[in-house]
Amino acid sequence: MPYDEALERFEPVLGLETHVELGTASKMFCGCPTEFGAPPNTQVCPVCLALPGSLPVANAEAIESTIRIGLALNCTIAEWCRFARKNYFYPDMPKNYQISQYDEPLCTDGYLDVVVDGRTVRVEIERVHLEEDTGKSTHVGGATGRIHGADYSIVDYNRAGIPLVEIVTKPIAGADRLAPDVARAYVTELRELMRALGVSDVRMEEGSLRCDVNVSLMPRGSSEWGTRSETKNVNSLRSVERAVRGEIERQAAILADGGRIIQETRHFHEDTGRTTSGRSKEEAQDYRYFPEPDLLPMAPDRDWVASLKAALPELPSVRRARLQAEWGVSDLDMAAMHNADAIGLVEATVAAGAPAADARKWWMGELARRANEAGKPLAELSITPADVARVTELVASGALNDKLARQVLEGVLAGEGGPDDVVAKRGLQIVSDEGELLAIIDKVLADNADAADKVRSGKVAAVGALVGGVMKASRGKADAGRARELILEKLGVS
Amino acid sequence: MTELLRKTAAELGRLIGSREVSAVEVAQAHLDRIAEVEPKVNAFLHVDPDVTLAQARAVDDRIGAGERLGPLAGVPVAHKDVFTTTDMPTTAGSKILEGWRPPYDATVTGRLREAGLVILGKTNLDEFAMGSSTENSAYGPTRNPWDLSRIPGGSSGGSSASVAAYEAPLSTGTDTGGSIRQPAAVTGIVGMKPTYGGSSRYGLIAFASSLDTPGPFARNVLDAALLHEAFSGHDVMDSTSIHAEVPPVVEAARQADIAGLRVGVVKEFGGEGYQPGVLARFHEAVELLESLGAKVVEVSCPSFGYALPAYYLIAPSECSSNLARFDAMRYGLRIGDDGTRSAEEVMALTRAAGFGPEVKRRIMLGTYALSSGYYDAYYGQAQKVRTLISRDFDAAFHQVDVLVSPTTPTTAFPIGERADDPMAMYLADLCTIPTNLAGNAAISVPCGLADEDGLPVGLQIMAPVLGDDRCYRVGAAVERALEDRWGGPLLAKAPAL
Ligand SMILES: [Zn+2]
Repeated sequence: MPYDEALERFEPVLGLETHVELGTASKMFCGCPTEFGAPPNTQVCPVCLALPGSLPVANAEAIESTIRIGLALNCTIAEWCRFARKNYFYPDMPKNYQISQYDEPLCTDGYLDVVVDGRTVRVEIERVHLEEDTGKSTHVGGATGRIHGADYSIVDYNRAGIPLVEIVTKPIAGADRLAPDVARAYVTELRELMRALGVSDVRMEEGSLRCDVNVSLMPRGSSEWGTRSETKNVNSLRSVERAVRGEIERQAAILADGGRIIQETRHFHEDTGRTTSGRSKEEAQDYRYFPEPDLLPMAPDRDWVASLKAALPELPSVRRARLQAEWGVSDLDMAAMHNADAIGLVEATVAAGAPAADARKWWMGELARRANEAGKPLAELSITPADVARVTELVASGALNDKLARQVLEGVLAGEGGPDDVVAKRGLQIVSDEGELLAIIDKVLADNADAADKVRSGKVAAVGALVGGVMKASRGKADAGRARELILEKLGVS
Repeated sequence: MTELLRKTAAELGRLIGSREVSAVEVAQAHLDRIAEVEPKVNAFLHVDPDVTLAQARAVDDRIGAGERLGPLAGVPVAHKDVFTTTDMPTTAGSKILEGWRPPYDATVTGRLREAGLVILGKTNLDEFAMGSSTENSAYGPTRNPWDLSRIPGGSSGGSSASVAAYEAPLSTGTDTGGSIRQPAAVTGIVGMKPTYGGSSRYGLIAFASSLDTPGPFARNVLDAALLHEAFSGHDVMDSTSIHAEVPPVVEAARQADIAGLRVGVVKEFGGEGYQPGVLARFHEAVELLESLGAKVVEVSCPSFGYALPAYYLIAPSECSSNLARFDAMRYGLRIGDDGTRSAEEVMALTRAAGFGPEVKRRIMLGTYALSSGYYDAYYGQAQKVRTLISRDFDAAFHQVDVLVSPTTPTTAFPIGERADDPMAMYLADLCTIPTNLAGNAAISVPCGLADEDGLPVGLQIMAPVLGDDRCYRVGAAVERALEDRWGGPLLAKAPAL
């Protein structure tokens, strides 16, 4: 069912479960390194391979990071809590149980405010808990890429035991047609929060931030929540938005037909933006949770928690408000920068000496266009905020005009060196030798006698074409303002 | 039997340290004894004379080079086959781990290796330490050196039998519900369950994590204390390991002085179901304690009656999860991997073929007890009982310094007698289980032979958490007085093999 129609008839309720891999040096319960991309099964030991007799030892840094996340999300930090075993058989889980937390999570009852369409939406946090990641299975052969139907499967245990924080929201109702945007804004905000805390590199494409999206619908006027579906492993911001939208459309179509939503796990497909059915909750596992007997309970000292809270960095929303005031930009411009992930870049460019307006202009204009063309995020362009600041400086001093500046940026992006290198190598200085400029002007006036006459006769607007001719003839190196003055002078109009 | 075999571990250590005998000679004497009696006893799952003698030679070299090693350097030890060893296979008595060679040493085996003890081999046990008779081993039962038709206790029956049969002067075991104390009692030797967390579980193949405790076997109290001290103490690899000094167990075993000690007799242990000969020896032991200057009172621990059912919910629950890792994916047995079957099918076939009936029974029991809807009624209730038992101990140790009871209700029973009656088998651990649930310390020392069958009876001495030294102090006092009375160790009365 089309989205608009779905929204006319139903109201969506969202829930988000986000898994964040912590950037600790070692794994959650052993000393193995956590670097991404190492050859398969090289970062393993008796503990994370679950060899008989091995025992877990909890990573104190991971516990601290989880508490800091909880504090940043305005949660209550448990005075006493435990790890629990979640029992189920799967080949990429070496112990065939996951050490997680069940009814005693480290952090509970918080919130995160997100801004969508100029409106602040408070997303309430149910819990934040700490667990370990599983290994990574690759299913070879078969149509689905999943274990059923595969010819064979291979498992990489490097990821097994990497600390994982699970952040679960309470049901988010009332977002209405903005539900997909709220979901996206929430994950974006969460990602920034993790970065600000320095607890994770939160790279969705590497799986260090993964999202499960729960959606249910209730008919307009009803207050009874519908059955929800749980879409697993939605791995980009855009996919989060698409998965919510897709589920709203799919469920609305079923309900409108008098059908029933099955409580089930669904898989999101990046290519189509649709979800397909996984296993239903009716056949779901009983995880047989019980307190992990190999680990001691955690009882975070209150003074320590208070000191962690006091030492939290400036949170992204607070920082954005501060920068917006400092830069004097509109809500709309700020939101645009936020969506483009440009705030940090602009801030660094300003710190490198550029005026805020110029820094924003280049990052949100020329560079955003380049990034878009290259299909990568702004931050991955091969140009530094210092480079951009230097370009603004050259423009301000009159050494470059906007057109030349764009060429300089292009050179930097192409790896030709810093802005000064590109200016020198490409010979991109503005023509400041007046004699050379006058010679060009004479030639342009001679070639464009009609236009020159129009200007002489008082149609000063026609001077634009003449200036354009000078710029073309000088291959952009002329100072357009000075050229205009000289032309008008020559034609006796000034 | 060469005289070397009858010597205490302390004496062997002294002789080797002073180079009066070599570690190689001592190891060879024990290897010869093993070769001689193993066909009758079947205490060992793995013996490798080359590895053992190489270790002994290395210790002789270290001593020859003037290195100062511990008091047990060069003394042989047999390890229960649930402790990982890098140079010998580790099977936990199960087909599912047949031939598995661990890439790492357990903390217990590693520390003893470092202290210069020489590994004689790996001893038989009930599969995954689940049992009280060693009949549940996938590799055949071990026999009691006192009577080869009877069980040597369990689950550490290979370790108790090897020491009782003079195949090893020392051995290690694990005690989850009595698996050290009960085998020690029925083979007439000393077996100690230390305070939970006092000895590291790292490298001990888990049965029930909150209960499993490594401990020593020896033919006398001082030897047990020396072994206890050599492998105990905090271990960063085991989060449940206690940050505390090892209690002064060796000193206590040497002191053996109990004048003024307050001893509590647990009222709930005794009466119906207890063999008269066991009770007779126990009462004599209590009188002996009194005659040595102890003040004896009766103490009631009303919750102990619930210990057995609570144990048979907690231990299977934990084991159902601990044993999930045996899935044919990374190590051990793999059945049915012919390219046509799914991973799930191979797991199921392997576990069906690799686990014995008692292990399966407990996995199913535990899986059920943890299931949603049953958790509170079973596992949750059992944990409450555990708290009550701890409170009973706390109250008792408010009144007395140690508690005593028979270690087991009966002497060694015939092989096969209880094999088809799990409930009867479970009763063998009636007196030992409360200590596992509360995590405190307890020892079993020989206190005579039952009149009916002439088989050994054990006296259990229980102490508070980290009061391990009290077990040794009282145990040594009893041992000294009884050996005076008997004119030598009880084991001297055992028939020749
Ligand atoms: Zn590891």
